[in-house]
Amino acid sequence: MFESLTEKLESIFKKLRSRGLLKEEDVDAALKEVRFALLEADVNFRVVKDFIQKVKEKAVGKEVLESLTPGQQVIKIVNDELCALLGGAHSKIFLSPNPPTIIMMVGLHGSGKTTTSAKLARLFKKEGRRPMLVAADLQRPAAIEQLITLGSQIDVPVFHSKEIKDPVTLCADSLRKAKLDARDILILDTAGRLHIDDSLMAELKRIKETVSPKEVIFVADAMTGQDAVNSAKNFNEQIGVDGIILTKMDGDARGGAAISIREITGKPIKFIGIGEKIEMLEPFYPERVASRILGMGDVLSLIEQAQKTFEQNEAEKFQEKILADSFTFDDLKEQLKKIRNMGPLENLLGMIPGFKKMKGLSVDEKEFVRMEAIINSMTLSERRNHNILNGSRRRRIAMGSGTTAADVNRVVKQYVELKKMLKMFKGKKGLKLPKFLPF
Amino acid sequence: MGLFDRLKEGLSKTRKGFVEKVESIFSRGKIDEDTIEELEEILITSDIGIHATEEIANSLREKFKKGEAKESNSLKESLKKEMGLILGSSAPIVLFGEKPFVILTVGVNGVGKTTTIGKLASRFASQGHSVLLAAADTFRAAAIEQLEIWAKRAGALLVKHQSGSDPAAVAFDAIESAKHKNIDIVIIDTAGRLHTKSPLMEELKKVKRVVEKTMPGAPQEVLLVVDATTGQNALRQAQLFNEAIGVTGIALTKLDGTAKGGIVFAIKKELGIPVRLIGIGEGIDDLRDFDTKEFIGALFD
Repeated sequence: MFESLTEKLESIFKKLRSRGLLKEEDVDAALKEVRFALLEADVNFRVVKDFIQKVKEKAVGKEVLESLTPGQQVIKIVNDELCALLGGAHSKIFLSPNPPTIIMMVGLHGSGKTTTSAKLARLFKKEGRRPMLVAADLQRPAAIEQLITLGSQIDVPVFHSKEIKDPVTLCADSLRKAKLDARDILILDTAGRLHIDDSLMAELKRIKETVSPKEVIFVADAMTGQDAVNSAKNFNEQIGVDGIILTKMDGDARGGAAISIREITGKPIKFIGIGEKIEMLEPFYPERVASRILGMGDVLSLIEQAQKTFEQNEAEKFQEKILADSFTFDDLKEQLKKIRNMGPLENLLGMIPGFKKMKGLSVDEKEFVRMEAIINSMTLSERRNHNILNGSRRRRIAMGSGTTAADVNRVVKQYVELKKMLKMFKGKKGLKLPKFLPF
Repeated sequence: MGLFDRLKEGLSKTRKGFVEKVESIFSRGKIDEDTIEELEEILITSDIGIHATEEIANSLREKFKKGEAKESNSLKESLKKEMGLILGSSAPIVLFGEKPFVILTVGVNGVGKTTTIGKLASRFASQGHSVLLAAADTFRAAAIEQLEIWAKRAGALLVKHQSGSDPAAVAFDAIESAKHKNIDIVIIDTAGRLHTKSPLMEELKKVKRVVEKTMPGAPQEVLLVVDATTGQNALRQAQLFNEAIGVTGIALTKLDGTAKGGIVFAIKKELGIPVRLIGIGEGIDDLRDFDTKEFIGALFD
């Protein structure tokens, strides 16, 4: 559905012959696309406007780095700015010197407070602490039962009461109980409420004043649209927020709300929820979210990882081979090994923008093993010259590698395609050779 | 208080901001390209989406150039008309066919499915229909209990199994039970699921298949519940739920906040799925039929 921003920018800059400095009109054209991408990702309109202005100031007149195209250069600036805006990794809940550390969860209806409360409790328990959950959502039917069920799943006690009708009293009581039971973490699951509901916001304020929590965590749905700024602003101004947890990041929302909320509150995003299961809470990494919002995969970290894996001279040797058009099956095998060294294949592929559009490449880790086995079953001369691979040779290879003739055919085909592609790199003047295979 | 007033009151916060901004633009009297651009801004911040916004803006630009919309009032009327054209005429839930009328309710997590079902059940019950709720959200902790409380409030029957059991089996039992008891309406609650999780979407397809087998012609309504605070992802939700089980209508919840719910324009435009209901508060009667004229009118008046 979304065309990758990288692709869009590359097409804008294709026309550009000169390299050197980034010109204002080129930057403007590129930033128009960036603006579109950010708005499509639900970043708030005002936030986008300020952001684009900031990037423009940084980009115009900037020299294009040797190793980058102008499009990549703009993306790099945009990405750096986005990461700066999202802040460093802050996935830490600060503990109070006098236990219990009280954490108060607030947010709109359905943002995922109850589930997140339990996830946090589990995290603390794993660290060897003694958390206690407090069912302070007295509004939603069966919210208390939900927390009790979750608590029993992770073996964390849940303070609750059917008699107490006032959440302020309930929270105060829970604190006494926590002290009595020597619990060192107290997580208050408050009811979801609208940020414009004055009486319910006042109730939150009273809870905060009564128990003085160490951290107030604003739980927000990653799918939130333009309105994210309104709710975040209100919660922060009226209650005071110390940190943010973004939930439902496992969907396909771009998560532009992260930027809006971060910009409007200035408070760190501490964790992200990545699934319904209770262990699915992850630290927040600004870089990952930035590139997700831009829809460009994790291009930068891919480049970084690729650089780490490939020794410089090896890369040069590889380039020579391509230039000499002597890329053999042995080279392919070598490259496959390198790629596998870069980490789990699935993660790697996820980092590549537009990957889903590429055909014939499977995410199956076993496929690599199979390819290697097939190449191993070839004779040396076959590895050097695929043209001699007739039907009977292919059948033999299939038998030898424990695969089928169709598997062998596919590998040969992929190899031929790859060779063709590499030739294209050779043929095009000025096109930089990739330092790693374009899988 | 009439329905219209009630709606306006519920939408009042939505109206604030949007209307204030629109009014301030219109009240300037003179209209130029800047006006349209500012209008674009307002549309985008309403989550209407860049594509729908551009379509509206371009159409206004045409009129502006042709001289059809020179004054603020005619521009306002044009805008209303453009927006109305996208949403189409109102399409509330209409009961038809053999009894029971089966409504399958689906959506991502936390949009307010169970609450919407509770309100809907109470509304049907107050109209004199007999209602049975099927607790087919067997996944989320205490979802069954939550629906049970709503069933009691609404005076509806409830069919439930144990937590963790097969949701399709719950749907089957609910419809069979409704047939025996001559119940008018069955509303099936399902677990919230992200549209990107294929095993969960397969599970939903199974629920629908079982419903179809249990009663030919059912479900007569597949209602996708959409949170008005959701941004552009709501369109993806609608697309994927529609591909999986065929969505017939949208219930737009949480319109009592400051969110504008503008994504329904994109959903209607791209997929042709109408908004049937809107949720404008937490009260049991705060679920309303969606009415295009009133919705747009309440935004502008």
